[in-house]
Amino acid sequence: MTTKQAALIGGSAREITFGQAINEALAEEMRRDPKVFILGEDVAEAGTPFKVLSGLVKEFGKERVIDSPISEAAITGVCVGAAMTGMRPVVDIMFGDFVTLTMDQMVNQAAKIHYMSGGKLKVPMVMRTTLGATRRSAAQHSQSLHAWFSHIPGLKVALPSTPYDAKGLLKTAIRDDNPVVFFEDKMMYQQKGSVPEGEYTIPFGVADVKRPGKDITLVATSSMVQVSLKAAEILDQAGISAEVVDVRTTAPLDKETIIASAKKTSRAIVVDEGYERYGVTAEIASVIADGAFYYLDAPVKRMGAMDVPVPFSPVLEDQTVPTPESVVEMAKTLCGRR
Amino acid sequence: MAKNKTKSPASIGREQWLRFYRQMLKIRLFEEQVNQLYMSAKMPGLAHLYIGQEAVAVGVCEALRADDYITSTYRGHGHCLAKGAAVDKMFAELLGKVNGYCRGKGGSMHIADQERGNLGANAIVAGSTGIATGAAMSAKLRGSDQVAVCFFGEGALGQGLLYECMNMAALWKLPVIYLCENNLYNEYTHYSETTAGEIEARARAFGIPTESIDGQDVELVHKTLQRLVERARQGDGPSFVLCSTYRFHGHHVGDIDRAYYRAKKEEEEWKSKRDPVKLLTDKLLRLKIADPKLLQKIENETRREIEDGVQFALNAPYPDPDEVDQHVYA
Repeated sequence: MTTKQAALIGGSAREITFGQAINEALAEEMRRDPKVFILGEDVAEAGTPFKVLSGLVKEFGKERVIDSPISEAAITGVCVGAAMTGMRPVVDIMFGDFVTLTMDQMVNQAAKIHYMSGGKLKVPMVMRTTLGATRRSAAQHSQSLHAWFSHIPGLKVALPSTPYDAKGLLKTAIRDDNPVVFFEDKMMYQQKGSVPEGEYTIPFGVADVKRPGKDITLVATSSMVQVSLKAAEILDQAGISAEVVDVRTTAPLDKETIIASAKKTSRAIVVDEGYERYGVTAEIASVIADGAFYYLDAPVKRMGAMDVPVPFSPVLEDQTVPTPESVVEMAKTLCGRR
Repeated sequence: MAKNKTKSPASIGREQWLRFYRQMLKIRLFEEQVNQLYMSAKMPGLAHLYIGQEAVAVGVCEALRADDYITSTYRGHGHCLAKGAAVDKMFAELLGKVNGYCRGKGGSMHIADQERGNLGANAIVAGSTGIATGAAMSAKLRGSDQVAVCFFGEGALGQGLLYECMNMAALWKLPVIYLCENNLYNEYTHYSETTAGEIEARARAFGIPTESIDGQDVELVHKTLQRLVERARQGDGPSFVLCSTYRFHGHHVGDIDRAYYRAKKEEEEWKSKRDPVKLLTDKLLRLKIADPKLLQKIENETRREIEDGVQFALNAPYPDPDEVDQHVYA
């Protein structure tokens, strides 16, 4: 959160972790609305392996923080049905890789039901899951699959990059009448940030300029926002002023802010942790090409995860995702500094 | 003591019998009309006829309240009508018209009717088992006494979602009834080629009580469901019903040459000996619940309703093209 945002909200300054921000958002929404409940694996006493839900079962009981069998398809399907009949479920899918098991329920059911019913039925549910490599968890626990859901009309996709955004976006997600897939970077849970005490929400489809700049735009998502901010610091020392735009939600996507930034700086790199081919970066690069072509001094560049299954060995894994250094290198090339 | 009186079903009144007849006939005539519409190229898309299975949908839905839930399948017209859907809005949906149940956006395979607890037909085999189980969970969480019935064909026994859901329903004692209509064919393949072991054993393994019944006997289906619905309402958890039935037509309307996967003789036998509408008609006459005149009157009324419904749908407007990107998000 910027100082300006804190001043606008009028909340007192306070540092909490990304995980605590998620926890607070859930607790507040569950207090506010008895229809909200959580269903997932190890969500109650264990509070998930990431401990993000710690304490919730104590306050809300096992009726509302429900440990499920290891059945991702049914967890999701049951929540679709519950959402259609008056509840507001929050599904917890431990690792983002396990969304593969939920795809029929998310893609063919949740995303379609409102449209197929001519607007009669609604599916107000949230699926919280994770993304991000670099935990040495290997190929089946390290993927970032948010592009899949961003591809599907009827779904909304949020990817917070700070504790402040995590709390505000999650509250919005829970109140939304549509199915929302909410991706949390598992490397970020311990990261601290300023979160005001008071109530606030962040609308979907509004990107946030995390750092203003004038020479190049780094459009980033989730984990790559922090990577881009670090890159911007390094670039600053090299005399390149980088603007970092955090898209915050890929569906809906705030095209205006992205295009405006690209027009302003005339150069853009899109940085995302999903696989590069057919990924989120391609979509955003296309948005920039369409909206800012005549303002660009260089082609739009994309940086995503390498198109390989994420390897286990640290030496190999570290190569697969963009790093501040690799972003700096690309930015310098684009700015003609090497 | 009048012997014949003790033999007549105690819990089913005359009005209920006649309602069975009216509803089953409505489905039969509706479906015959669907066949006509499709064959005369007035109906776009696909049509999966329910003819032959009418006793299941009617026996089940007549045991439900309006606020109880059902989920249905791509062979779902019968379930929708049995749950109370209107013929005219059904036809309109089949023809892609704006006054159809889904404003023409769902079509035959996706008809939903929220006001009567129909959470929608589903074109994904076993796809709705999660939705039905979730509706039951929601009823339990909300403290209502609603019950959900999950209709699926025996083809859904091949899909894991069903078993994941039955596990949850049993663990959490959810008020859901898994209603398997075994019409013998997974599309074009006999179920014995796709289904190992015993069907009911699957549900029994989760501790779910099972019933295996003749799905052509509306009275039996109804009484079984009445019992199981009551059980679910009381909080005693899920149950599983296997109804033996038969689809008289092919997998879909275009499936005409069926000799390579099922015998003509088999079809003829079911049609002549196991037709649920005929069985019910015979019973009503035999038990003197109705005379031929009354049945003819009901048939005439139903035919008129179907004809009016078709006319309504044929005359109904298509959606405004601008509707194409409406209802993507709520």
